[in-house]
Amino acid sequence: MKRLIPLALCFFFGIVMIATQFSPHPISKRVFEEVVNGALIISPFALVLATVTLIQTHATRISRRSDHWQYSFIVFAGLITMVVIGVPFGPKNSVFEWLYNNVQVPMDATMFSLLAFFIASAAYRAFRARTTEATLLLVAALIVMLGNVPVGNLVWNKLMSWIPWVDQASWADQASAAREWILDNPNLSARRGIILGVSLGVISQSVRIILGIERSYLGGGD
Amino acid sequence: MKHNKTILLMMVCMVMLLCCPFAYSQEPTPDTPSGPEEAETPPSVELDVPSNVAAKDTPNDDGTSITVTWDIPPEDSGVVGYKILRNSDGGDFEEIGEQIAPLDTYDTKEKINKYKDSQIVKDTSHAYIVRAIGASETTAESQQTEAVIAKAQWFHTGKIPLFIAMIIFCTAIVGNIYYAKGGKDIFVRRIPGLEAVDEAIGRATEMGRSILYTTGLGGVSDVATIASMTILGQVARRTADYETPLRVPCRDPIVMNVLREMVKSSYLDEGRPDIYNEDNIFFITESQFAYAAGVDGMMLREKPAAIFLQGTFYAESLILAETGNSIGAIQIAGTDSEHQLPFFIAACDYTLIGEELYAASAYLSREPMLLGSLRGQDWGKLLIFVTMITGVVLELFGVNWITTLLQAVS
Repeated sequence: MKRLIPLALCFFFGIVMIATQFSPHPISKRVFEEVVNGALIISPFALVLATVTLIQTHATRISRRSDHWQYSFIVFAGLITMVVIGVPFGPKNSVFEWLYNNVQVPMDATMFSLLAFFIASAAYRAFRARTTEATLLLVAALIVMLGNVPVGNLVWNKLMSWIPWVDQASWADQASAAREWILDNPNLSARRGIILGVSLGVISQSVRIILGIERSYLGGGD
Repeated sequence: MKHNKTILLMMVCMVMLLCCPFAYSQEPTPDTPSGPEEAETPPSVELDVPSNVAAKDTPNDDGTSITVTWDIPPEDSGVVGYKILRNSDGGDFEEIGEQIAPLDTYDTKEKINKYKDSQIVKDTSHAYIVRAIGASETTAESQQTEAVIAKAQWFHTGKIPLFIAMIIFCTAIVGNIYYAKGGKDIFVRRIPGLEAVDEAIGRATEMGRSILYTTGLGGVSDVATIASMTILGQVARRTADYETPLRVPCRDPIVMNVLREMVKSSYLDEGRPDIYNEDNIFFITESQFAYAAGVDGMMLREKPAAIFLQGTFYAESLILAETGNSIGAIQIAGTDSEHQLPFFIAACDYTLIGEELYAASAYLSREPMLLGSLRGQDWGKLLIFVTMITGVVLELFGVNWITTLLQAVS
């Protein structure tokens, strides 16, 4: 019974939600919105759950003096400060906004900006021309980069001048055209193939969930 | 006599002088360039009355609009636009909208023989008049249409091909599930990323280090997260066997609770509930980059021997994968976000590409029913492949009904 009711609910709402996609009737739209809104109601409860778990995790770390346990005090300091200012005075409070804009936002931006360096190191490894595939990747990446940068055509023209059988006049200033060809043909074809496979995979997974074959979301195997 | 000749000459000159202004005031010939003032005054043309004006309930909608159509006017009709008038329950007509075409592009007039009235009153009959407008503000009104009441439709007939495709695909999956239930052997191609799961867990066990598993940023309603949960269940069974610590930082508290239940269930199934530690599955934060920072910190401090990045990822994918790479962990990634796949392929040892993530549960568990659904999925792929090839071949011979059908579906 513990599993039967969730499975029956899942089957019922799964079928209903599929049906709403084929019906433009207002009742169908209303049902869709109500189900989606119902899912949103769970969010506030989840927030309480998240806060409790966060406190438990860091309190345990402090009590056990785990590695780097001192940092858990910073978590508590941040949590308490934002709750003390945010709950009574609201999210439009100037101090609350100042803390958000000058602590949270810059830290987020710092993490995001690290991506540039990670891309460089990952690209260095991926583009080492050790195999045929890696060499193709390197050449394609170089052309795409040339098509994106302002000096691309200058470099492109120089490269073309080194290839004797290329007609210089018709291949001049074609860096962005070559980039577009790579992005619109081989790249897009591969992406669409992946998207097609993913879409079929999602449908297959959804059918398994609706029919109760896939039950992992219930928190257990069987 | 001489005097008379002089008088006659003077009269001729006067007549000529008087005639000159008339010559200048004549209308310009077609070759004569006209001044700007004359260009602004269009010729007065008798407009044709808009013909075949009809109002119909808009098909496949929620009963909130009526579509008015009329015939496209001839090219030299002088019509520059239309005004739409409407009445409600037989009352007075009021202007409700207009369709103006650019004067210099006749082609666009093809698009203005239709008006969708989305401001109707529910359960009220509406009749319409279409008023053609000429360049010189001349107008011509059509007859009023029959009164129409908008009704909502229960089924979108434009989605019939999609519905049929869905039925075929679902039938293939369910049919193959029953086929698999009959005990038939089903072949599944080798997926290196999933073959490496045992290797990764074994390596962590040998090194005496932990395994880090993240389901990414997706919520419990994301299909990729559900697929990831299933893989975690299989990983947890093996870690329970080997007594290897499994650490799961979560971004979503609901996902965290489901994962706790799932891992606990896996440990119970393996007969090792004693080594299950709930604190190893914990919430970090909902903030994307704060989550990435938290997981990166764990990687650098704890140096797990194996890292699983399975689920929905966004910009943080490479931040996580590169950090994992820098500590020398064996990394198995899998996502359906096609934009993040190149990053995982560049930074991880194995990557489950798109659909392989969904196939993982069947592949790892070898459960017949799951394998059957995988076979059905492949049938769907085969059907799409055959349709594409047939469509291309038929297009080469000038037959385009498959293309038309697919365009109708989209």
